[in-house]
Amino acid sequence: MLALIPLFPLVGFLINGCWYALFQAPRGCKKAGATVPGVIATLAIAASFVVALFGFIQLHAMGSEHRVIEQVLYNWITAGDLHVDMAFRLDPLNSLFTLVITGVGTLIHLYSIGYMGHDATPGKFFCYLNLFCFAMLMLVLGASMPILFLGWEGVGLCSYLLIGYWYTDIEKAKAGKKAFVVNRIGDFGFLLGMFLIFNTFHTLDFEALRTAVGTGGDLLAAHGADLGTVTAICLLLFIGCMGKSAQIPLYVWLPDAMAGPTPVSALIHAATMVTSGIYMVSRLNFLYSLSPTALHVVASVGAFTAFFAATIALVQKDIKKVLAYSTVSQLGYMFLACGVGAYTAGVFHVITHAFFKALLFLGAGSVIHGMHEEQDIMKMGGLKSKMPWTFITFAAGWLAICGIPPFAGFFSKDEILWQSFSSPNGSVVLWGLGALTAVMTAFYMTRLFSLTFLGKPRFDEKKLGSHHDNVVVHAPVHGHDHGHGHGHAHGDSHAKSGVHESPMTMVLPLQILAVASVIGGFMGMPHMSWLEQWLEPVIPVHEGAVALGGSMEWVLMGVSVAGAVIGVMVAFKFFAPSPEKSEASLQAALGVRNRWPVLNRMLDHKWYVDEIYEAVFVRPIQALSQGLWKQVDVAVIDRFVLGFGRVSAWTGQTIRVMQTGSIQVYALMLAIGVLATVGYLIYGLA
Amino acid sequence: MPQQIDTWVVLAFCSAIFMIGLAGVLIRRNILVILMSVELMLNAVNLTFVTFSKALHHMGGQMSVFFIITVAAAESAVGLGLVIAMFRTLRSVDTDEIQLLRE
Repeated sequence: MLALIPLFPLVGFLINGCWYALFQAPRGCKKAGATVPGVIATLAIAASFVVALFGFIQLHAMGSEHRVIEQVLYNWITAGDLHVDMAFRLDPLNSLFTLVITGVGTLIHLYSIGYMGHDATPGKFFCYLNLFCFAMLMLVLGASMPILFLGWEGVGLCSYLLIGYWYTDIEKAKAGKKAFVVNRIGDFGFLLGMFLIFNTFHTLDFEALRTAVGTGGDLLAAHGADLGTVTAICLLLFIGCMGKSAQIPLYVWLPDAMAGPTPVSALIHAATMVTSGIYMVSRLNFLYSLSPTALHVVASVGAFTAFFAATIALVQKDIKKVLAYSTVSQLGYMFLACGVGAYTAGVFHVITHAFFKALLFLGAGSVIHGMHEEQDIMKMGGLKSKMPWTFITFAAGWLAICGIPPFAGFFSKDEILWQSFSSPNGSVVLWGLGALTAVMTAFYMTRLFSLTFLGKPRFDEKKLGSHHDNVVVHAPVHGHDHGHGHGHAHGDSHAKSGVHESPMTMVLPLQILAVASVIGGFMGMPHMSWLEQWLEPVIPVHEGAVALGGSMEWVLMGVSVAGAVIGVMVAFKFFAPSPEKSEASLQAALGVRNRWPVLNRMLDHKWYVDEIYEAVFVRPIQALSQGLWKQVDVAVIDRFVLGFGRVSAWTGQTIRVMQTGSIQVYALMLAIGVLATVGYLIYGLA
Repeated sequence: MPQQIDTWVVLAFCSAIFMIGLAGVLIRRNILVILMSVELMLNAVNLTFVTFSKALHHMGGQMSVFFIITVAAAESAVGLGLVIAMFRTLRSVDTDEIQLLRE
């Protein structure tokens, strides 16, 4: 039954892919229509969701001690010691991930039908999207490291394909390439980690590995392993997580990944793929918990990433860039949780984050769709009345990410902050960074929300419409396409110019996700956490948190809520909600920024990280490649190879003089040869 | 009873004919003459076979001669056919002018 879960998207991928490749692509289809491929893809992933739900219910019915469903399809690799089965295993941890992937995935597929309605090649888009879901489900369901790695590479490939989906725009193609290359660096670490695991424990299966490690690592010595090896394994695998889950120093690809269509940003770069690093760390929690060093690195990187990305998000003007840096920051939170040993809190935040960040991205997509491909929040404002559903749902997401109780983000974020303070691996510094990040998160999200929906419009609606009409007239088939602008041919709902609310297929997912963002947090209420109980077979509950007592917890909870509220208030002061004051307050905000010109410039350029990487890594490598090309390849290797050719040609030219073409000369040669042979036979041998 | 000719005399005679044939093949330019020279060489060899057969009292040599005469007849037929075809296309039987494979 488990194999059905990834099978459905695979079938959807094959149907859409074959249909597109065989019938649409060769004819250069101009008006393909997103409905048919969209419905096929949505049904495929929805079917997976239903199966995943059955699996979840089945698990729930079992006793809490043996909640595992396993299915072995066939033997994949057998070589010496190495046995890898194509096997899937559903347990409490990945059942949650599966539900989130298929559930949120279904909503985003549904949303894409509306969003990609005017695209030239929706068949290709949905085929990639299904392929991504297949790979992601392989990643979470795989029973061993190689299958996880299969999915890990698969999602990387789909991410690349979808970021560069509008590849005729060179910037977008470059963004895809960057994501792929940066991820490869991480994957290298992951592979090394995997090799080291096999070398040490001679197995790659998760359950076998857990048994091999033993409770608390008491069997380590039997495998000739020590703490150093475990630390090395954990750190190498964490390099993979840095790439896939966008942590410092490999986070740079995620903001650029916003070049892809917005549903892709919601599905891949917010809800699912980027959380696979957290999945792996919590899957291997028995290893990570053994090594305080590795945990400390994970926590520090997470906390610092959370803080660092939040500072950049403060000043971004592109609506998707703000959300992208916010995603990096939230992923940092999740690793902070894992790093202090609170894997449950990390998984909890994965789930709530999937809800509210997918919601925010889809809301942003709806805004971009409604504003006719405008992404600059400085040119928005006052969309509250124009796009009521988007406004209400976005507001739910905004409150959730800010951490206002009782929205989903509050519970998970508060759990992380509390754990980072109270856990044996936590510290005040980690908590401080987390809390500061929470304040900044509230600030930049409120800024985004206010600039987009509140205040008064900072765009000329007539101009938007007329500009849009121009696009309709002049749109080349493969021209400059922003968002869904591939050869606009607008239907009835788009007939009127100006800002408009999105179609129903886009609003419905927003509404469902908004509900999830509001109530999603109750599954992990402190002290009566259903989630903690559910995950207990996979992630043992650790007792450190209780030691500090209840009152401290309430105090910290109060502090984090107060921080969020302060962030919101400050943002509202500068980016005022009321139309009358909005102009003046924007000026005030500008004035505040101008007071620190250096900091201002640093933030505007995202701390110059891209520039530094360009100078330190990209340029030297390019120079090295150029040098190798010109000095080694052309100068040495080419010369050597061409030399062979020249020598052969010269030899041939020289020897062909013998070939006169005259029969008599040949006959003479023959006679001489015969004489020589006979002479040798008669006299030479004797 | 007539006097028996010495074996070496016959063999020397055969060698002489063979060398004449070889010289003809190497020197003459007319392809018909070359073919005739080849026949000369073949017959020199035949004569050698017969001589050794007589001297050594072994019938193998005479058997070989029959084979060679048969094959030589076929070879001449093919050779002459080629010469005619060559003359029809190139209007010449001079080997200096038929060096088509050179370039």
